[in-house]
Amino acid sequence: MLNNLKILYHQGKQYIPDVTKSKVPGVFRGRPEISLEKVDEAALLDICPTNAILTNPVRIDIGKCTFCAECSIKFPNKVRFTTDYKISTNQRERLVIAEGLSGPVKLNADLVRKEIHDFFSGSLKLRQVSAAGDNSCELELNACGNVNFDMGRFGIEFVASPRHADGIVITGPISENMAEALQICYDAIPDPKIIILVGTDAISGGIFEGSPALNRAFLNKYKIDLYVPGNPAHPLTFINGVLELIGTR
Amino acid sequence: MNCITVKNNQRVPLSSIPLLEYEQFLEHNTSLLKETQNHCVNYYGLSYQGQIKLICCIANDGEGTIYVSSSHVKAGQSLPSFTAHHLAFEKFEREIHENFDITYIDHPWLKPVRYPFNRADSSKTIAGYPFFNIESEELHEVGVGPIHAGIIEPGHFRFICNGEQILHLEIQLGYQHRGIEQLFLEKKKILQRITLAESIAGDTVTGHTTAFVNLWESLCGFNPDRDLQFARTLALEIERIAVHTGDMSAICTDVAYQLGSSVFGRLRTPVINYFQQWCGNRLAKSLIRAGKTNFPYSNELAEKLLKVLDDYEPDFNEMCKETFSLPTALGRFEKTGIVSRDDASNIGTVGMSARTSGINRDIRSSHPHDLYKELNHQPIVKRHGDVYSRAQVRKEEIKQSIGYIRKLLQNIPEENKSRPELRVPDANMFVISLIEGWRGEICHCAITDDRGDLLHYKIKDPSFHNWLALALAVRNNEISDFPICNKSFDLSYCGHDL
Repeated sequence: MLNNLKILYHQGKQYIPDVTKSKVPGVFRGRPEISLEKVDEAALLDICPTNAILTNPVRIDIGKCTFCAECSIKFPNKVRFTTDYKISTNQRERLVIAEGLSGPVKLNADLVRKEIHDFFSGSLKLRQVSAAGDNSCELELNACGNVNFDMGRFGIEFVASPRHADGIVITGPISENMAEALQICYDAIPDPKIIILVGTDAISGGIFEGSPALNRAFLNKYKIDLYVPGNPAHPLTFINGVLELIGTR
Repeated sequence: MNCITVKNNQRVPLSSIPLLEYEQFLEHNTSLLKETQNHCVNYYGLSYQGQIKLICCIANDGEGTIYVSSSHVKAGQSLPSFTAHHLAFEKFEREIHENFDITYIDHPWLKPVRYPFNRADSSKTIAGYPFFNIESEELHEVGVGPIHAGIIEPGHFRFICNGEQILHLEIQLGYQHRGIEQLFLEKKKILQRITLAESIAGDTVTGHTTAFVNLWESLCGFNPDRDLQFARTLALEIERIAVHTGDMSAICTDVAYQLGSSVFGRLRTPVINYFQQWCGNRLAKSLIRAGKTNFPYSNELAEKLLKVLDDYEPDFNEMCKETFSLPTALGRFEKTGIVSRDDASNIGTVGMSARTSGINRDIRSSHPHDLYKELNHQPIVKRHGDVYSRAQVRKEEIKQSIGYIRKLLQNIPEENKSRPELRVPDANMFVISLIEGWRGEICHCAITDDRGDLLHYKIKDPSFHNWLALALAVRNNEISDFPICNKSFDLSYCGHDL
């Protein structure tokens, strides 16, 4: 018992007091900012491994971006990744960030269904399905519940059974071999329910886009309530995105 | 001559690999495995000039060499199996059967491996997997997955139980198949291929990416500078500490030891946050690049790392001391999920899983790459093959890795600022790259075509060997001990399914 208390004392305070204002350490790559400087656009486009860079005007689709940093290294005056981790939104178009703009990525309040706030603002239970995810987003979603990020303090938790869940959190590009299981899991969740896509692979297929081993038909059938970009998505990106979603009236 | 003898990351012309008649190919490779210092690191097929080219790579762990041989067979052929001589070939031959419709007449069970999109028989789908079953009124079956209770990748486990006791476990995988080997050929840019390597298994980013870049640099005739090798070695050891720590947390979670779960869990955070400080990503994606680095190492980074380790060590040691002297935890760890040395050796387990069953198998010492040649690595080997051994190996490997990092940081190489650009790979080459990731031996093999582009790419994650070890480990255990057994191995689903 004394040993346990000693261990607890030695840990000190590990939790992040305010996850909405916390600063991330080091050279984290969050929301990109693109300047209006003229560059060789063909060369810029050619760098990107996932065709996330678009032209006229120059834009970066952070639903496709792997945050590999190569474009910002080759064109440091054109592209800069800020440490802003609040990049989740509920509208796919808002993930496309254009040159000359530096505003934050926000939710479109008009698109948030009213029942989300009514039912889930105080308690949200989620069922996670990894559909060919590479275990990076899965690790970060697990980290959301650890003593550092402690997402449970907001009543947001991952649960074992879809019957107990209010929504589904999908990671991975969705393989053909997981398509049926994903559908069965979604069907087992009672209404009303939400869908959250976490990570570049889930949002656009990422580096796997176009692979014949995928089957992304599920995503065409339903409205997506939240996109959480990242490769993998940072726990703070996920927690802040979900808090904003359930807090929107 | 039956084979060509190569070193780790040594490129050789494809034509220099001896082409044997199948009978001779079988005899040669199965007899090699009679020597305990040899083990099979890869055996696979590819479509080549209208035939199936089989390539078998047997590593000699005593001499640090790899014996590579090949044979040509035809799709639809029936052949005697390697497996009848040595079980370690079991999974490899199932994969060849699934991909190329080659039937092995004396293989114990030619079951599907992963239902890849380009399988020979597309009428077989993952929903129709032929499970082993026993007709008995006393026994019952328990099916778990593909979706599991926690936040974890998908796979299906089918138990046959007698009451609470597991008689048999069959593990069905393939749900994570993304067609990654084919994408290596289709995505032509080097950055795309590195991004793919980073995505093979997101918990082993530095392992798989280092395997790819070492292989690629070899194909291009590029000798990596010391600063690149330094960064790769350092990253591999940091990754080992991070994942092992997370697994210690998970092992505690699965025996409902909350203090251990929380403390080990939070101890992982500063280690992965260190990757973020170095390269901007907590799991080290974007850190390792072929022929260059975007995040050169500095004295400032070294100071930060030493600080992380100085803070980590006392808390880690204190928590380990408590965990490993706690009767309620030890009661669940000891003699649970045993893999005997004979079983481990027969099925060809690798990495940490082999070392817990008394097999001294570690690429860092047997086929050293990057700076491991200088570290003179001594593998940590345990004898009991149970959950306790697997937890102990983790604990001791973490301490060993901390020691290696401190040693590496005493001599930080200068960044080479005038590196030559990578040229195009040489034409018609074969190369094999072995890495000891935290889980074990990672093997990547590549073949180039006439123009130096990739003709074939083959990936083998250590999980490919080790899933069977888990299935054997749980036999005769209570089904309630399955989670702790599973976590003590912590195998990769996506690394297996590709």
